[in-house]
Amino acid sequence: MEAELLIENFKEKFKSDILEIAVKNQKRISITVKPDSIINVAAFLYRKEGYRFIIASALHTKKGFEIHYHFSKDNLGLVLNIHVILDMDNPQIESLSNMFNASNWIEREMHELFGINFLNHPNQEKLISEGNWAEGVYPLRKEFK
Amino acid sequence: MSKKTLIPIGPYHPLQEEPELFKLYCDGEIVKDIKWVTGYNHRGIEKLSESKTYEQVFFLVERICGICSSSHPFAFANAVEEIADIEITDRAKYIRSIIGELERIHSHLLWVGLAGHFLGYNTLFMWAWKYREPVLDLFEMISGNRNSYAMFKVGGVRRDIEETKIPVIKKVLDDVKKKTDLLTGAVMDDPVIHARTKGVGILSKQDIIDYGAVGPTARASGVAIDVRKDDPYAAYPLVNWKVITAEAGDVFAKAQVRLLEMYESIYIIEQCLDGLKKEKTGDIALKVKEIPEGIGNGRAEAPRGEVFHFVVSDGSNSPARHKIRAPSYVNIATFKKSCIGQTIADATISLAAVDPCYCCTERMAVAYDISSGEKIMNASELINESVKKTNDIKRIIKSKL
Repeated sequence: MEAELLIENFKEKFKSDILEIAVKNQKRISITVKPDSIINVAAFLYRKEGYRFIIASALHTKKGFEIHYHFSKDNLGLVLNIHVILDMDNPQIESLSNMFNASNWIEREMHELFGINFLNHPNQEKLISEGNWAEGVYPLRKEFK
Repeated sequence: MSKKTLIPIGPYHPLQEEPELFKLYCDGEIVKDIKWVTGYNHRGIEKLSESKTYEQVFFLVERICGICSSSHPFAFANAVEEIADIEITDRAKYIRSIIGELERIHSHLLWVGLAGHFLGYNTLFMWAWKYREPVLDLFEMISGNRNSYAMFKVGGVRRDIEETKIPVIKKVLDDVKKKTDLLTGAVMDDPVIHARTKGVGILSKQDIIDYGAVGPTARASGVAIDVRKDDPYAAYPLVNWKVITAEAGDVFAKAQVRLLEMYESIYIIEQCLDGLKKEKTGDIALKVKEIPEGIGNGRAEAPRGEVFHFVVSDGSNSPARHKIRAPSYVNIATFKKSCIGQTIADATISLAAVDPCYCCTERMAVAYDISSGEKIMNASELINESVKKTNDIKRIIKSKL
């Protein structure tokens, strides 16, 4: 029931930003939104609804660079994935690290491994390979024919 | 700005989950800033996982961490079973939970020992590790290995726990319970440990939420999150137990949470063993033919907190993307809150309190002053600093008696 309520609230607030909603079950929901809305969506979830930021996963597909932001509503056991698809040639999105520290390291890691640019990140230096990896080479990028 | 002294802790130990270097910037005795450098031993497991089949990935993720080597396969199994919509048998659920909880007991015992060592209580260290041995022996009996148990697979577990082994496990658990009483008494009633750990390395509720910290680190600050309760998996919804929390957020509260959690783990295992007796029949593993396309969010509560595995399947026999988040990834970041403003002597135990990888903390390298190149402190000297503080407190307490 809570899942439906959440989706209703979400639709009401971000009507024009939602691209797709996938409900696997009451505890696993995935919502694809426009990248521009990520700050507002995260602020709504973290500040207003009390979600915890678990981590974010980036992946490189034929559509471009995708990021799944995983949020957890612990009292419901719910994992909510906020999914965005970024441009293939110039992947960039607003950083969430000014809102919560939990995303600081993972954004640095995604920047390092995928070359995704996080705008307004407080300190976007390398996390894993500081000083021993070539500039401009991103190990988890793929080559598509 | 006054000149600060740099004290590095690390950089790495190749056996560990997270080799790391902590740079403590100190002004006199006080830690003013802390920086964290990692990647010395980055193994590229997320990328490697994409080249393995689902069956092989279990052996890979088991080797992410040597101490909690069942929590990663646990979370991965949950993720893959979510994609394929598999509900495993009750017997397999009980066995999985038994393995998970035995691991929590041995991991917490290891922590208690090391925390004691950092404070100058080497007897506590030797006791705790001695009592941990029988638990590892149980693992050897059940799985053939003291570590890296290779018990998990998609759809269930690899090895059964036969009925003849149940009394042996129960006997060891009874012993462990008695020893836990002993350790809990030694820690909870000691005025010196109180003086060394209370009010040290405090993390507030807001810090926990801000950094997204998990596990005993969060629960010791009054944030009652535990995946076993919140998003129940395996046999946890089938048994009775409670989430242990404390309010203070200091090192003492973290020790308290871990010690009391061991009793809950013992209680869970006893109920699971009774469950195994009831569920005599039933396969320990289902046959899984193929993993369909989809995404899976697998979670498991490791001794250090929530392990999160995100798996993307494209319908082939290996993951298209496999993201892993270990609990220390979020817990270690809280050092910025817990260590700054503390003395160097307290920094050791504050770092140890979130239970990061110990060998790293153990391998404190020789430190040099950044500007002069003068040697200032080495590993044992840093621990000595902490031990000295304990001895001073002991003397003060003694003189008051």
